[in-house]
Amino acid sequence: MRIGSTSWIAPLALLAIAAGTTVASRAEADTVKVGVILPFSGMAADVAQSELRAMKLYYKLHKAELGGHDIALIERDSKEPSGATAQTLTRELVVQDKVDMLVGYQFSPDAIASAPFITQAKKLAILVNAQSSHIPMLSPYIVRVSASSWQITYPMGPYAFDKLGCKTAIVGFTDFAPGRDVAAAFKAGYEKAGGKLVDSIAMGGPAQVPDFTPYLQRIKDEKPNCVYIFTPAASFNAALARAWRDQKVAEAGVRFLGTGDVTQDSVLPQLGDAAIGWITGGHYTADLDNPANKKFLAAWTKEYGDKVKPDFFTVQGWDAMAAVFHVVKTLKGKIDADKAVAALKAWKEDSPRGPIMIDAATRDIIQNIYVQEVVKKGDSLGIKVIGTIPAVKDPCKELGVGNCAAKK
Amino acid sequence: MGHAVQAAVSILFDGIAYSMVLFVMAVGLSVTMGLMGVINLAHGAFAMAGGYLTVTFLGDLGLPFLPGLVLATLAVGAASVPIERALYVRIYRRPHLDQVLLTIGVTLMSIAVATYAYGPSPLSIKLPAFLETQVGLFGRDFPGYRVFIIAVGLLAFLGLWGGFERTMLGAKIRAAVDNRAMAEATGVNTTRLFTLTFALGSALAALGGALAVDLVGLTPRFAFQYLVLVLVVVSIGGFGTIMGTFAAALIIGVIDNAGRYLFPEGSAFFIYLIVILVLICRPGGLFGRA
Repeated sequence: MRIGSTSWIAPLALLAIAAGTTVASRAEADTVKVGVILPFSGMAADVAQSELRAMKLYYKLHKAELGGHDIALIERDSKEPSGATAQTLTRELVVQDKVDMLVGYQFSPDAIASAPFITQAKKLAILVNAQSSHIPMLSPYIVRVSASSWQITYPMGPYAFDKLGCKTAIVGFTDFAPGRDVAAAFKAGYEKAGGKLVDSIAMGGPAQVPDFTPYLQRIKDEKPNCVYIFTPAASFNAALARAWRDQKVAEAGVRFLGTGDVTQDSVLPQLGDAAIGWITGGHYTADLDNPANKKFLAAWTKEYGDKVKPDFFTVQGWDAMAAVFHVVKTLKGKIDADKAVAALKAWKEDSPRGPIMIDAATRDIIQNIYVQEVVKKGDSLGIKVIGTIPAVKDPCKELGVGNCAAKK
Repeated sequence: MGHAVQAAVSILFDGIAYSMVLFVMAVGLSVTMGLMGVINLAHGAFAMAGGYLTVTFLGDLGLPFLPGLVLATLAVGAASVPIERALYVRIYRRPHLDQVLLTIGVTLMSIAVATYAYGPSPLSIKLPAFLETQVGLFGRDFPGYRVFIIAVGLLAFLGLWGGFERTMLGAKIRAAVDNRAMAEATGVNTTRLFTLTFALGSALAALGGALAVDLVGLTPRFAFQYLVLVLVVVSIGGFGTIMGTFAAALIIGVIDNAGRYLFPEGSAFFIYLIVILVLICRPGGLFGRA
């Protein structure tokens, strides 16, 4: 017993010394705790993984810029898109893990459900996706680095009418909240430009069998110049391309337009030749020709290989981490939500998607919208950028329409 | 007028092609439900397995389309036998809730396995040239692949119907569906009959899954995607009837297709309307025994 009682004194003393040094060194170098809430399991697991990978890659390449400070990511799985799990995780991360800021929120309900608590807890929350236009209005601590559905869709209305010769058009959308948002945005932008919207077609809910045949048949019979289509990325787009081929809609003289979701880079090769000539409006494609994107793609390929192509989700994760870095650097590791939001309002970044900045009035991103045409590249498909609509602000909040109408 | 007729022909054609996929997928479930009374919600998982195996056989192993399709169908049928012996045999005489829990669990696991093995992104297959051409019928052009699907569906129907009505095995299955105790008393080995029918039903599900890949794409969600439609077809047609499943698939496929063409906002409403009407008038299904 005697021997035992003396033997633990030495390690204890060592531990005390070690603890002392940690406390001492914390005075100069802070570790900023960042809670990451994304759906790492479930239907968007691949997207969440791609976003997290981009965040980690950004951290690895830029760590030296933190000036001795460090960033620790605490990852949590928000699973299903109901918003309930994300809300619980937001609370847990703030109360138990004492994070300094939050990053993530893939589905709009995740951000909407968590917004009241974010305000209450006074924590900066950077949205990695959650594209419903009005979300930044729900809390003064929400900053969005992804895009809003109106920002992507509204400017394509005038572009379709003026540049692509769409005198008549139909909008088709997957029948859930984001789809209806896109339909409203396209109608507003297109009709304002003078276009005639012939029909607005709800193409089935997100849980139904994605068979687009009857909808495309209807579009073909109504003979518009153009059709503008939104489907949630991935599984729907491959089905859409097959039905487009079988129904011979292009041969009937209808031009395909859509949101960038339809030509998501990582899924593009699965669409097949039927998609050649499709034109979409989006905020990023891996085929963008700018130095920041070239550097990003090279770093991505070196780290993760060339099997998984990055897409707009990936770059949203990358830019979210760039925003975190900007806050940590500006505030020198001492995170205060009000100062962090102020820092981001003055933030300008040379992103792989081109120049981006945060609108000081709305805390939403200002960015270019690219007009992308699907072309054959070697054996596979690629994107040719045929137009750029520069520095687009979210039109929903600018016009004060729909969910963005001022409510006090 | 001519235009409206053309549109109607297209809707009918696409609806029938859609129906044939539903029939091939649902008929196995109908027979196993009628025969064993087991609610097999994992039926969609077998269909998905057929789809993924076809992708592997055609894409990775480079087999031609038809042998790949047949091989995937047979492989899933064969693989279903040990699964039936190990898992399903335990739930035949258990309450429906236990059956639902077990088979939903199997489905969720199959989705996880598919995601792990193939990733969550949609996969596609390359059709052979002879199926990518247009087929001229009655003075109109139809997509070759859909004509092929209709042909396969009709063959499956005729083969199964003939087999059910004209062979000894079919007679045994019909006897066991009607009255299992009596069938056993006359010397029918119902256990072996169950396994055989289960394998046949799973193989047909796999064939349906493989056929659907080029229509709607293939993701791990496939295991659930068709499940509601397949259950609707089975309940309208009645358990354990080939003719009933065929009729129900045609009704659902064509009306769903026409409904979505004419009233897109109505979406799945029409299907459920039919279900309610049929089940009020004939609770056992169109061709089932009440």
